[in-house]
Amino acid sequence: MAGPAFATWPAWARMKALVIKELLAMLRDKKGRITLVAPPILQLVLFSFASTLAVENADIVYLDRDGGTATAEIVQRIQGSPNFRSVTRVASEKAMEKAIDEQQAIAGIYFPQGFTADLKTGHPVPLQIVYDGRRSNASQIVNSYLGQIAASLNLSLAAARQGNGLRAPSEIVPSNAFNPNLEYMWFVLPSLIAMISAITTLAVTAQSVARERELGTFDQLMVTPLRVHEILIGKSIPPFLVGLLNSTIFIVAAVFIFDVPLRGSLILLFGAIVFYLLSVIGVGLFISSLSKTQQQAFLGTFIFITPAVLLSGYASPIDNIPFWLERISLANPVRHFIVIVQGVFLKAMPLMEVLANTVPLIIISIFTLSAAAWLFRHRME
Amino acid sequence: MAARFSSLRLRALFIKEVLQVLRDPSTILIAVFLPIMLVFLFGYGVSLDTSAVKLGLVQQSGGPASLSLTSAYVNSPYFEVTQSNDKDALFDDLTAGRIRGIVTISSDFDRLYASTGKPGQVQIITDGSNPNTANFVSAYAQGVHAQWLLSESAQDDSARSGGIQILPQFWYNTALTSRNFLVPGSFAVILTMIGSLLTALVVAREWERGTMEALIATPVTIPEFIITKMTPYFILGLIAATICTLMAAYLFDVPFRGSIFALYALYAAFLLPALGQGLLISAALKNQFVASQVALLTAFLPAFLLSGFIFEISSMPTWIQAITYAVPARYLIPPLQSLFLTGNVWELLLPNIAILLGFGALFFILIFRVTKKKLD
Repeated sequence: MAGPAFATWPAWARMKALVIKELLAMLRDKKGRITLVAPPILQLVLFSFASTLAVENADIVYLDRDGGTATAEIVQRIQGSPNFRSVTRVASEKAMEKAIDEQQAIAGIYFPQGFTADLKTGHPVPLQIVYDGRRSNASQIVNSYLGQIAASLNLSLAAARQGNGLRAPSEIVPSNAFNPNLEYMWFVLPSLIAMISAITTLAVTAQSVARERELGTFDQLMVTPLRVHEILIGKSIPPFLVGLLNSTIFIVAAVFIFDVPLRGSLILLFGAIVFYLLSVIGVGLFISSLSKTQQQAFLGTFIFITPAVLLSGYASPIDNIPFWLERISLANPVRHFIVIVQGVFLKAMPLMEVLANTVPLIIISIFTLSAAAWLFRHRME
Repeated sequence: MAARFSSLRLRALFIKEVLQVLRDPSTILIAVFLPIMLVFLFGYGVSLDTSAVKLGLVQQSGGPASLSLTSAYVNSPYFEVTQSNDKDALFDDLTAGRIRGIVTISSDFDRLYASTGKPGQVQIITDGSNPNTANFVSAYAQGVHAQWLLSESAQDDSARSGGIQILPQFWYNTALTSRNFLVPGSFAVILTMIGSLLTALVVAREWERGTMEALIATPVTIPEFIITKMTPYFILGLIAATICTLMAAYLFDVPFRGSIFALYALYAAFLLPALGQGLLISAALKNQFVASQVALLTAFLPAFLLSGFIFEISSMPTWIQAITYAVPARYLIPPLQSLFLTGNVWELLLPNIAILLGFGALFFILIFRVTKKKLD
């Protein structure tokens, strides 16, 4: 390096030198380069195919004390439904209990003696079904599938009794806005842009200062003429570029590989991405200046990212969480950005709504960046 | 050549590792703060319970039938209804995500309902941008309608009330609290984090800092090195597991119906492959940043996504289901949830413990193969 001349360089040139150094440190070895590209793509595949809350391929057992046509009809309808994988007959209550205890079946249906005969009378006939409450969510969904089968059977039974003079006085017509066929990928991919770009950006930022501290090169950086804010800016630019690149790759993949419709404004989306990345980088620098080792930085990354993803509305709806936690989650950049990215993709979200969700991002990024700068100065003395 | 094991060396190295762990303030964070935070989050922050969904309702008719249908929606525990005459304003709310669906009762509803011609129409539009919620809104809006239809017609048509009435019983979790299975399930994620993520850094750290060279110069053998690296984290893992268990039982009132002995046998059996995987990554990659990313991808995310903890494995595409067999957490969750909610189901416990120990053995064999006491 050109020794004393470096101090006389303009600030932008000094920062440029730092940015180049950071980029080289990041891209120098092959493992590091692969780490920036491969994990996001693997995450994309894992999340998009694995994170479905739908229930398919359910296994059912039944105990038949009836032996009539109605029982056979129900079993046949279950077999015909794409939601079920197997319907197995068991010989005793004990066998049914065992199948559920050992999770070989999620539900057991008990057809009592005289079930078919009772149905013909037109009176209500109870049908007992036991579910595995350890998987209460899936159980409830299976219960709703079986309920639909029972309802349609009831309707045809009633029609048979009345000789077909039945007219429904009202009908309900369901439809889905923004995503008529409820394509799960249309929901997952935009949300992934939010999560994966945050994870990668945060990991890169948090490690950068901690790594220098651990290896002792941070002191060398401090004795250069670089000012503190110049170091911070220089440390922020490479993760920003990584985050921008990741989100761009995902937007392109969502639109061209997964055929997710992009109905809103790309400019608005990228405007929001800038502040989203800045808010995450602020958090990353904050963690980084608190950490003495990379293990600590990694831990810090985790302590932030796990709640941020869990309280983002992706894994479970925000409306389901308690009020006080919902208030806390207002400070979560992922929560705001998911609304924007889903809205711009599927709902052609108008400017005012995008702005309403970008303002919190701006506030969060101002807060996290200044907190990081304060801590950075504070920790150096 | 030094003996394979020396109690003196083992003790010295163990003390070094324990001191290193204890001197790092982040240890408390890992063993105490992290489990508390995560159990807290999964207990309060993630809920798959069906709470009231915000619904907009447009009533364009004004007759008795549409009024009684409206009150059926308003009184449903599944919906929090906002009534409005301005359908466009409600659609803006749907776009902004303030409501999740719109039910419209058309202006000719009462006329058609009373006549014998066409049926009176009710339209339901959901916010399809979130398919799970959309399915829920659609199913329950149809359910409210069907129930209403039944009660309307029951007065004059007894035939309609007959037929099958399902009496569901949810064993082991009668109140259907999703917390009861999510909280024990989350332990898999927490223990994976302590086991794999943090150990992924420990050997790589020695290589990066150059202290590995110093260790190589000593007579320490590979088994000694690995055992002493592992033990402190194994203990941290058990401490964390204890905190998790206590929180589940006393803070979230998750019932515990199995035996404590079986529970700790299961925790210990799971920590072995978790620690093994972390150490293997660390020993093979020798770079902390790369190791941390690989651990995140191959240990943490699979424990979260592919273990059956939130997402049903049987609903995944076949090739993803095949991958789940290689995820240790998959074998922890069913016996763990059963210990809490059902009791000692040995048919679930023993095979899964055996599989976990098998994974552990496999990882340790691999670690011995990749850890070499020589410099590149």
